[in-house]
Amino acid sequence: MSVQTWTFIIVGLTFALYIGIAIWARAGSTAEFYVAGGGVPPLANGMATAADWMSAASFISMAGLISFMGYDGGVFLMGWTGGYVLLALLLAPYLRKFGKFTVPDFIGDRYYSNVARTVAVVCAIIVSFTYVAGQMRGVGVVFSRFLEVDINLGVYIGMAIVFFYAVLGGMKGITYTQVAQYCVLIFAYMVPAFFISMAMTGNAIPQLGLLGEVTDGSGLSLLDKLDQLHTDLGFAAYTSGSKSMIDVFCITFALMVGTAGLPHVIVRFFTVPKVKDARISAGYALVFIAILYTTAPAIAAFARTNLITTVSNAEYTSMPEWFKKWESTGLIKYEDKNNDGKIQYVKSAEVNELTIDRDIMVLANPEIANLPNWVIALVAAGGLAAALSTAAGLLLVISTAISRDLIKMQIKPDISEKGELMWARIGAAFAVVVAGYFGIHPPGFVAATVALAFGLAAASFFPAIVLGIFDKRMNREGAISGMIVGITLMFGYMAVYKLGWFVDEVPPASSWWFGISPEGFGTVAMVVNFVVSFVVSRMTAEPPQEVQEIVEDIRIPAGAGEAHAH
Amino acid sequence: MSNRDLKAYWKENLRYLVILLSIWFVASYVLGIFLAEPLNSVRIGGAKLGFWFAQQGSIYVFVALIFVYVSWMNKLDKKYGVEE
Repeated sequence: MSVQTWTFIIVGLTFALYIGIAIWARAGSTAEFYVAGGGVPPLANGMATAADWMSAASFISMAGLISFMGYDGGVFLMGWTGGYVLLALLLAPYLRKFGKFTVPDFIGDRYYSNVARTVAVVCAIIVSFTYVAGQMRGVGVVFSRFLEVDINLGVYIGMAIVFFYAVLGGMKGITYTQVAQYCVLIFAYMVPAFFISMAMTGNAIPQLGLLGEVTDGSGLSLLDKLDQLHTDLGFAAYTSGSKSMIDVFCITFALMVGTAGLPHVIVRFFTVPKVKDARISAGYALVFIAILYTTAPAIAAFARTNLITTVSNAEYTSMPEWFKKWESTGLIKYEDKNNDGKIQYVKSAEVNELTIDRDIMVLANPEIANLPNWVIALVAAGGLAAALSTAAGLLLVISTAISRDLIKMQIKPDISEKGELMWARIGAAFAVVVAGYFGIHPPGFVAATVALAFGLAAASFFPAIVLGIFDKRMNREGAISGMIVGITLMFGYMAVYKLGWFVDEVPPASSWWFGISPEGFGTVAMVVNFVVSFVVSRMTAEPPQEVQEIVEDIRIPAGAGEAHAH
Repeated sequence: MSNRDLKAYWKENLRYLVILLSIWFVASYVLGIFLAEPLNSVRIGGAKLGFWFAQQGSIYVFVALIFVYVSWMNKLDKKYGVEE
């Protein structure tokens, strides 16, 4: 059977599964819509969190990114996993004990202020929308490459599926489809990885293959061979970086703290029955994530080695079929500058004849390794699962921000539960449509704004939540001024140094503050938020007695009960 | 739970956090970034150690840290009778 037939079958089956689950897990109450009734088993929550977290970018782009960055790619690997330690130790158990439905709920109640709640709502919506646009685009891209339909049609199909289970099932539907999506995506990621690791190093476990020797008889270790290939072609050695140490530090830190502050991840910990379950499900989530995240650097190194040995100085006419196929999509470009019929792939821009889009590394890997057609189809289904699961989690944050944090808590507190549930569904539907719009008309700055989402979360939510739990004296004035200063600083720095707003052109790296890139600036903005919050809170009145009692209460696990609405 | 017990429980919790977050910092930032260059002269299998910590080792440490935290906290909850 052809790749396309296989893709139709496998993608069709997974979609039928997601829809089946959505019908089975319809939400009947707001508690079910917002937090799946608070009854999700920790292991299931771990899987759902992993699928929620690992987006199209993790699945499709990350290994390719690392492949081209070498050592510097570690910022993503550490940054997007280390945040779970912060989440498990500093946030998840306490927020579960607090026992409400959303992140703005916590901010609004803990800082006894609707201003604080509104600031949190605005941050949650900005962060989630920037993220979700990329997911819908990812769905469209996978559809167009594997099923040869138009990108826009792919986006519409993705919208229809997400619409179905997010609007119908809310958090309950999303949770159980995410469990299924995790299984699909991890299977799709690991199967080709085992094959390729076996072929390259003779060891089927990619994590061990990365430490092994290449099977070409040279006796060199894989990474030494890769370093040698790199230096021969004029690139920096694969295992050493080219970014400055302070920048690597700041980017990693901003990604970690941003991860811990992302509302769609935090809200998953509201869905488990007990505080204890919140702690352990963060552990399960990281295990499930780590399976992919420790495999990605291995795939990156294998793919890089494979690529260089296949193309470097080889005859253009002798290139394998996959090369031609991806060339026709424009993602591989070859220009024979010296007319010798061979491919020169080197660092020097004047001599180099080959450009490769990093996104194809994972998608083309099964073809490069000559794997059967069903494996290629599986990768397509995995990419779709990754994109859809993340999109659904983000859409829920947007929908609850509208129905609960704005309408129920601020505009119309006496709304009936049925009315609130209806608004939650309207919110989800609205969010799907807006996300689809951005998927079809992606703003030019999408790539830049994903980094912005992490910086924003790091500069706004993280300090406000951590201080709300660990500093009993922290008050409304401190938290609000900290959040506003943090966001403004982060936004301003991004606007100037990444997007080139307010200036004639984007300033060069040499003019960065302290040598820190916009991607890493969230770390600075976060520190400023902490300092401002602390200073302002100590100069203003302490929080009311009942708020101080809430803080004491969330510090002990006993008596968490169900997530409640009062 | 008395006020004094609550303080003692919280203090022990904070002590655990300091220990675990120090290890978190060392495994990622110290071994994977600050000392990566010198550590690269040591090898683990076919990989340089600093590189390995940045791309593999730190992630294993993160996973272990959460499970240690869970087990410590479950014991602490029992000791103070605040488990659910």
